[in-house]
This record gives sequence, structure tokens and C-alpha cells, in this order.
Amino acid sequence: MVAVKNKIELVCPAGSLPALRAAVDNGADAVYIGFRDATNARNFPGLNFSFEEAQTGINYAHKKNAKVLLALNTFPQPADWSLWTNAIDNAAKLGVDAVILADPGLMRYATRNYPDLRLHLSVQGSATNKHAIGFFKDNFNIQRIVLPRVLSLAQVQNIINNSPVEVEVFGFGSLCVMVEGRCVLSSYVTGESPNSCGVCSPAKAVKWEETPTGRQSRLNGVLIDSYGVNENAGYPTLCKGRFQVGENTFYAIEEPTSLNTLPILPDIIKMGVAAIKVEGRQRSPTYVAQVTEILRAAIDSCLADPENYTLDTKWIEGLDHVSEGNAHTLGAYHRPWQ
Amino acid sequence: MKLSLGPLQYFWSKEKVFSFYEDIAKLPVDIVYLGEVVCSKRRQLNFNDWVTIAENLTAAGKEVILSTMTLLVADSELAQLKKICTNENYAVEANDTSALHLLAGKTGYVAGPHINMYNAETLAVLHDAGAKRWVLPIELSEKTLVDLQKEKPEGMETEVFVYGNIPLSFSARCFTARAFNIPKDQCEFKCDQFDKGMPLTTQDQQNLFLINGIQLQSGVPCNLLSAVERLHELNVDVLRISPQDEYMDSIIHAFRASIDDNTSATDLPVPEGGWCNGYWYGQPGLDWKNVT
Repeated sequence: MVAVKNKIELVCPAGSLPALRAAVDNGADAVYIGFRDATNARNFPGLNFSFEEAQTGINYAHKKNAKVLLALNTFPQPADWSLWTNAIDNAAKLGVDAVILADPGLMRYATRNYPDLRLHLSVQGSATNKHAIGFFKDNFNIQRIVLPRVLSLAQVQNIINNSPVEVEVFGFGSLCVMVEGRCVLSSYVTGESPNSCGVCSPAKAVKWEETPTGRQSRLNGVLIDSYGVNENAGYPTLCKGRFQVGENTFYAIEEPTSLNTLPILPDIIKMGVAAIKVEGRQRSPTYVAQVTEILRAAIDSCLADPENYTLDTKWIEGLDHVSEGNAHTLGAYHRPWQ
Repeated sequence: MKLSLGPLQYFWSKEKVFSFYEDIAKLPVDIVYLGEVVCSKRRQLNFNDWVTIAENLTAAGKEVILSTMTLLVADSELAQLKKICTNENYAVEANDTSALHLLAGKTGYVAGPHINMYNAETLAVLHDAGAKRWVLPIELSEKTLVDLQKEKPEGMETEVFVYGNIPLSFSARCFTARAFNIPKDQCEFKCDQFDKGMPLTTQDQQNLFLINGIQLQSGVPCNLLSAVERLHELNVDVLRISPQDEYMDSIIHAFRASIDDNTSATDLPVPEGGWCNGYWYGQPGLDWKNVT
């Protein structure tokens, strides 16, 4: 285990070796990666790591005092069970700093075979309260949980106050508005979901069509959105399309926008989170470098002098530039709701 | 095979809920799951009201199980959960891992469709923790069920969702409130206007989803009536129907007849927009394969 450099870990995504190096070089305390198969929730073509690449990446990160976490956060079915247990075996062999799991069966396999392997509960494990965390802690000695992006700051604080394990929250990246691990919208439309296949709204199901009234995006034939002639068209993630409800056509589920917590960073840090996570293993090394650099600067600035923390406009511009829809939101964090 | 009625998904008036379960008491279902499972703000029935309904159904010969919520965050929600999990009279359906934690040491509970049980090792974890029955997660196929029936722990019962709009996702946001452009914490209980959910269609008029508060459901009901014979062959123990605003009698009678006579009856009233059964065949859930 690599020593923690900072009080709060900055956990950054890497879908390739260049992205891993970009994260480490720009100040990530930990990088999370996945194998090149359905065992993780970013099972996209051309992405992720072979065993050898993972070894190279781990060596690189450890040399620079950064951790590597391995996401094995999909739910195996009996026909392919061994693919996932082999992945755990390989994770142990590689000496990763933790595996990020969602499936209780796999957790049992890991604790029985590799009692020293550190386990984190993936956001796909859908833990939103102290009792859910208690189940995973008592049964599998989970050391950290990643919270879904659906909670308000007060709710996160309440969980941290009562959690027997470390809490990691999302700080930046694409915004999923569902309780992750409990959303099968994608398989309803395309046959493949994050739980079963590690994908949401998979690229192979996307079709763009030019029509007399503008461009249309379809997912397995289902119309997700149509765009006016000069309108920017975004990736047709199912929950970010424009649909009709009653008389209105609008973003009925969620706008295409990214989560950005920099404006409330002092609150997040004060609450006692163990780690702040950046979403985006599917994004380029350039994205990873840029986002890591900005979050590193913001976190360092906040840790050095939390009372006088101010947002650097360059940070916001830099992050909006790489955000979905070039826009950002505080997500659920600022909601007053229960 | 037994027939069950799953927990009510929609926000109906108290009178309507009581009258609905009075009708259910007379219909040929063996098991009834009770309780609010979608939104803790829906408090038109309190715990004692549900217990009253439970007593009536028990007196009518039904096995009653109290279902728990799927998304629990607030302390008040956890307090309600604890009340259900520590009740002495009825078995519990756990729909979140938190319920499993509170049921530790107990046996005879049901692991509901929103606990992700995708493999035999996970079923073993739950069986060891005291679950007597599991409900097949909704996106899993016949093929996976075949494997799980072979590999599941001995004595653990299997239940399959066979009719109704499928709960597909849960959020801390309320999509009904969003459709009315009002905040969730001032939602005015708008979902009480939609006894069978609020339709969300594509811009070319495809019934895609139903909005039901914080939940999205399939736009059309899942219907596995044609698969009953196969479910019987696979030694499935319980078939689950989800409460409907209409045609409840015909749906329950059709499945009952199909179970008892081991035939594939097809005389169900066709809902507007039709049905789906894609998940069963390993296809996109919204697909409909017409099997007679």
C-alpha cells in the first residue's frame, strides 16, 4: 500500500496507459482503471487495460507514490462467472491497492480467497445509508464506499457521520441522476446495461439521421432527440434526451450537463470525505490531464486556506470546456430535499 | 406454482387502496406484498393502515409480506424500515441492502427484485443471511434463470415478475414534479393524478416510459403469460403480478388458469400500446415477441 500524500485523495479515471500517466503526472493521489472486458462499467471499444498494461501502469503509479484502484463493478451471470473471478485473481496478482466491487457474490469470492485484498464498494453497489454500508462492512469488510450522485450535501454529511467506513464522493464528470446499480433503462432499450454489460446507451446502438427538419439521434431505433439546424447535438445518453410528457417536449429526465463541485469544495472537504472522484474513464488523456490539474489546484488551495477559498475563473472555464453540453451543475448536492 | 401480487407502485387515494385490496382478498392470488415502496412522502396510509389491510388479507387466506422501500436515505425512512423489519407478524421483502442488514439473524424473508442477484454466489450470500426466496432481477433472461435454477442454494424459492409495468430505475429526483416544473420538496403530490403512471413518449410518439414519482417504469406492461409453462418446467415457485389500475381480475384469472391447467391462455385484454417481454428472451426489454 502506497502512503497517502494528501488528507483527501483525488481519484482520477484512466481508460488507457497514457491517461493513467496523465492523471499521475498532474497530481492524482489514486487512479482507477478496468480490464478490457465486461468486468467493469466502462466496457467501451478501444478502452481499458490488459494484464500487462495494468502491471506497467501500477509500476508507474507506485513509483510516483500514487495508488491504483481496479474497478470490477459489474454483476456477473453464471455463464461468465469465471471471467470475473479471474479478474479478481489477476487484481491480487498485480498488487492493486484496492478493487472496486458491486456484486456481493464476488465480494465473498474476494474475501475468501484474498483476505488481505482491500475492497471498495462501487457506486454500482447502490449504498445510500448507514445500514446498507453496515451490510457490506459486516459481511465483506468493505473499507470504503462510493456514494451515488443522488444525495444532497446534508445527506452526504449524515452518511459520513454514521458510516463505519471511508466515504468517497463524485466531484466532477458526467452526471448520472439515477441510483446507480438500480437503473436498467439502457437494457430496456438496447439489451445492454451497466449492471449486465458495463455499458449505458452503448455506441453500437447509436444512429444519427439527417432529416429535412434537422438531425435526429436514435438508440436501437428509439428516437432520443432531434436537433435544429444550428443546434449542437450531444451523445444520445438515454436519460438526457428530449421527450414528450403531456403537452411539453423537454429534457424530461435530465439535461445534458456535467457535475462540478468546485464551488462547494470547502463544504465537501469539511464534511470529512476520504476521497473525491472524477468520472470519465472513457475520456481522452488530454481530458484527464486537464481535469486532474484543475482539481489538484482547487483541492490544494482549499486545504491550504479553506476560509479564503475562492473559485479561479480559469478553473471553471477549463472544466466547462470539457463538460457535457459545455455546462455544469452542482447536481443533487445543493438540494434542500429529504 | 403460487401466484403473488407485488407491492403497489402508484400513489392512490387511501379509499382506493383499501377497496383495491378488498377486491384482491376475493381473487385467486396466494401471496400479497404490501407497503409503500417508491416514495416516503406518500403517507396517505400509515403503518397501522397497512397492518389492517394485512390482517384482512390474512383472514382471507393470503400469505402477506411487507415490502420495503428501494431508495432510503433520511433517518425517518430508516426508522420506518426498522419498524417493518422488526415486526413480529409478517415476513418482509427486502428491496435495499439496508433491509438485509436490519434482518440479520432473521430467516424467512424475501430478497426483492431490486437487490442485484445475478449469480449463484450472491444467492448463497443471501440464503446464508436468512432469505427464503429471491425474485429474479428484472433485466435477466430465461437463459440466466435456467443456470441459476441449477446452481441456487437448496431450498431457496424463486419468484419471477410476470406481469406489469417494470420498475426500471430510481432516482432521488422526482420526475413527476419535474414535469410540472416544481421542486420535489414542494411536489403537491402531483403523482396522485396518475393512477397508472404518467406517460413519457418519444418525439415520434413511442410509449417509452411511465413516470411514477422518483421511478421510471416500462412504457408498456411486461407480459409473460406465454412463458408460464416454461416457468413451471424450470421449477419456479412463485409468479408475480404487479398491481394494475385496470383489468386486475382478468389478469389474475388468466395467470391462475394458466398455472392450474398448465396451458398457455391468451385471452388477456390488450392494453393501449401493447406489451413487452424482451428481457425474458435476452433481447431489449421493450421488445415484444408474440408467442402463442
